[in-house]
Amino acid sequence: MVNQLTNNQARLNGVCLPQQSIDCWNCPVIKDRINVAELIFRRNIAITRRLREYIFKFSDILRRSYGEDYVFKIMDFCGTHEWTIVHFGIRSLVPNNVELVAGPGCPVCVTPSYYIEQTIKLALEGVVVYTYGDVFRLPALKPVNDARSLAEAKALGADVRIVHSIVHAAIDAGKHGKDSVFVGIGFETVAPGYAEAALKNLLPSNLKLMSLVKLTPPAAFYSLDILREKPNDCPVMGVIAPGHVSTIIGGKAWTPIVENYGIPVVVAGFEPNDVLMAIAEILRQLARNDIRVVIEYTRAVKWEGDVKAQSSIRTVFETVDSAWRGIGYIPKSGLALRPMFSKFDAFEYFGIKDLTPEEWRYDLPPGCKCAEVTLGKAKPTDCPLFMKQCTSDHPVGPCMVSMEGACAVWARFGGGGLSMEIAKDLGLVM
Amino acid sequence: MDMEFDKYIRLAHGSGGVETSAILEKLIFSRVEESLKRVGNGVGIDFPDDAAAIPLPSGDYLIVTIDAYTVNPPFFPGGDIGVLAASGSINDVLMMGGKPLAMLDSVVVEEGFPMDDLSKIIDSFIDILKKEGIALIGGDFKVMPKGQLDKIVITTVGIGLAKKPIVDVPRVGDKIIVSDYVGDHGAVILAYQLGSDVSTELLEKSRLRSDVRPLTKLMLPLIEKYGDYIHAARDPTRGGLSMVLNDWAKASNAIIVVDESAIPVRPEVSFFAGMLGIDPLYLASEGVAVLAVDPQVADEVMAYMHSLGFVNARIIGEVRKSEKYSGYVLMRTVSGGFRILEPPRGDLVPRIC
Repeated sequence: MVNQLTNNQARLNGVCLPQQSIDCWNCPVIKDRINVAELIFRRNIAITRRLREYIFKFSDILRRSYGEDYVFKIMDFCGTHEWTIVHFGIRSLVPNNVELVAGPGCPVCVTPSYYIEQTIKLALEGVVVYTYGDVFRLPALKPVNDARSLAEAKALGADVRIVHSIVHAAIDAGKHGKDSVFVGIGFETVAPGYAEAALKNLLPSNLKLMSLVKLTPPAAFYSLDILREKPNDCPVMGVIAPGHVSTIIGGKAWTPIVENYGIPVVVAGFEPNDVLMAIAEILRQLARNDIRVVIEYTRAVKWEGDVKAQSSIRTVFETVDSAWRGIGYIPKSGLALRPMFSKFDAFEYFGIKDLTPEEWRYDLPPGCKCAEVTLGKAKPTDCPLFMKQCTSDHPVGPCMVSMEGACAVWARFGGGGLSMEIAKDLGLVM
Repeated sequence: MDMEFDKYIRLAHGSGGVETSAILEKLIFSRVEESLKRVGNGVGIDFPDDAAAIPLPSGDYLIVTIDAYTVNPPFFPGGDIGVLAASGSINDVLMMGGKPLAMLDSVVVEEGFPMDDLSKIIDSFIDILKKEGIALIGGDFKVMPKGQLDKIVITTVGIGLAKKPIVDVPRVGDKIIVSDYVGDHGAVILAYQLGSDVSTELLEKSRLRSDVRPLTKLMLPLIEKYGDYIHAARDPTRGGLSMVLNDWAKASNAIIVVDESAIPVRPEVSFFAGMLGIDPLYLASEGVAVLAVDPQVADEVMAYMHSLGFVNARIIGEVRKSEKYSGYVLMRTVSGGFRILEPPRGDLVPRIC
């Protein structure tokens, strides 16, 4: 369950950072989230029906101009969007010439095994390791003294503590004073929290940050490029851009997709009607040849994004080339602490050598298609290990661990068409 | 594979989900001879159900159940570990179709535990037994050195009598009824455990309470009036509604189709679950019954449950036969799409009861 903490914490972090004494229950943003999200974007089946009418209408127009066999691939770049799509059965609600594809949207899935091995090593050496719940079970490629994950290190006696923000780690580490490390995995959503912690000097001197933050747009461009290389296949024709990430970086960060690939981008929220609205808008733009970036998630995302957060991130971090698990180095796709904040740097303090492009080696277990799944080149069900050797109880690849990983989402909610097959067999759908 | 990963006990092994079933099978059930898994033609560890049933010469069945309660924290909004330990075993007897008669308890407490707290817990425990007219006929009391136990563990044995035990095998066509809002207890404990200051503060302001209570007033009249039509009854504790429905889908070799929008979940529970990233259908209830009822009387049973004060009782789905598939729970989502409701895995919420 802690799996999704980072994720959902991010939902909240999109609008406020966790502080100790906020009155969340009376917070207008949270009230708004409950009311608006529930009544309009989740349970309003009348809106759902209208949106489906639009989707079918525009898909018919597109079918007439592109032909019967042309499949419109729409890619999502956020594990939570994939979660919404599978959890609410959205794939069973769209016409058969629309295909929803999961793209890189899971930071835990793409964190190189090397760093996981280093944290396991620290944990076994007696350093207190703070981590998000989904990182806890993340399997490394090479076991360290028999421990393949932080969870196994904990079972061997290491002190590994699950937290859902760096603030909680700071408070806790301040109490015991032992050498500690916070495993800072995440996308742009977590970066402002880390930056603020450094800027406001909130970290006790015994707690160091291992910044493993990854940036979404470079990965999005990378996977769109990869998918264009394949001939004879329909390229991605529209993008559902991540809502949480965009609260920070803004709608404007996605304009290169419109400019360089000529396809629609809709920044969407996370309720089913948000996603359906994004699909309808993408199809409308394609049908009307009116390609641009549209923010559907207006209740949280602005065109410019969170300018203050962007500035704190720039102050504390520099953009670096970064390794993605199973994929390799993607230029300018990670955040590292700037030298002036090196007193918080776990790499420096614990003397851990950072990975280099020369040293990086393919770091997925044999047979695991996590890299292909992450890039949208394969579906979880295309992987020979999926639901055979690799299950949520015993994950082999990282995409099965985090609830933002496409494999984990499909495993948990019967993605991959099983639910549709059963529903058809029972005569519940045509 | 299993051997490789399971060299050590993990919290997930005790979560009441898939891992618990697997370890019990491997560690215990597979080592007990078939003939020693039950008494006579009764029910024992040969079948996953709420309690054991031992046939008596009179034709009735003795219903026996045991449960260890380790909830953390021991005091929570809506109850404490004492209420839980009494209600939990009473409900297990009821869900097996029995009338609860007697209880035994075993209290293990940590050195240094405040006497006042222990006294409050025991008061709550005895209070439930008194209200329910259940005899306390034996028990045990031990103290562990400080640090060798986390506060307190209470184990209770519930004993009752049934004319005919309800052995949970739903039939094709049966309607699935839940008696009340699901997930309240789980949400409260979850908010405490994952418990940042923010979530505990939210919890206090939300007025959300654990639903822990005995279900005698619901189940005894129901068994009396509709016993023959109730083909399965379970209280969705650890693993939540999802675990019950998945067990039943497997036991009946069919598909259980449920309508997500019909399942009663409080908005506060939905909110907490959403915030912490868990489906409310995996959260424990401690005062809810799930029933599989003959379709001919389902509406009548629901109306009767309403008249007994369980006004939120609702039909949430039905058991369907599929030619090709069995053992799945298919959920029609609030958006009208379909997904599989998987059984709970991993340590969703440790030490919930």
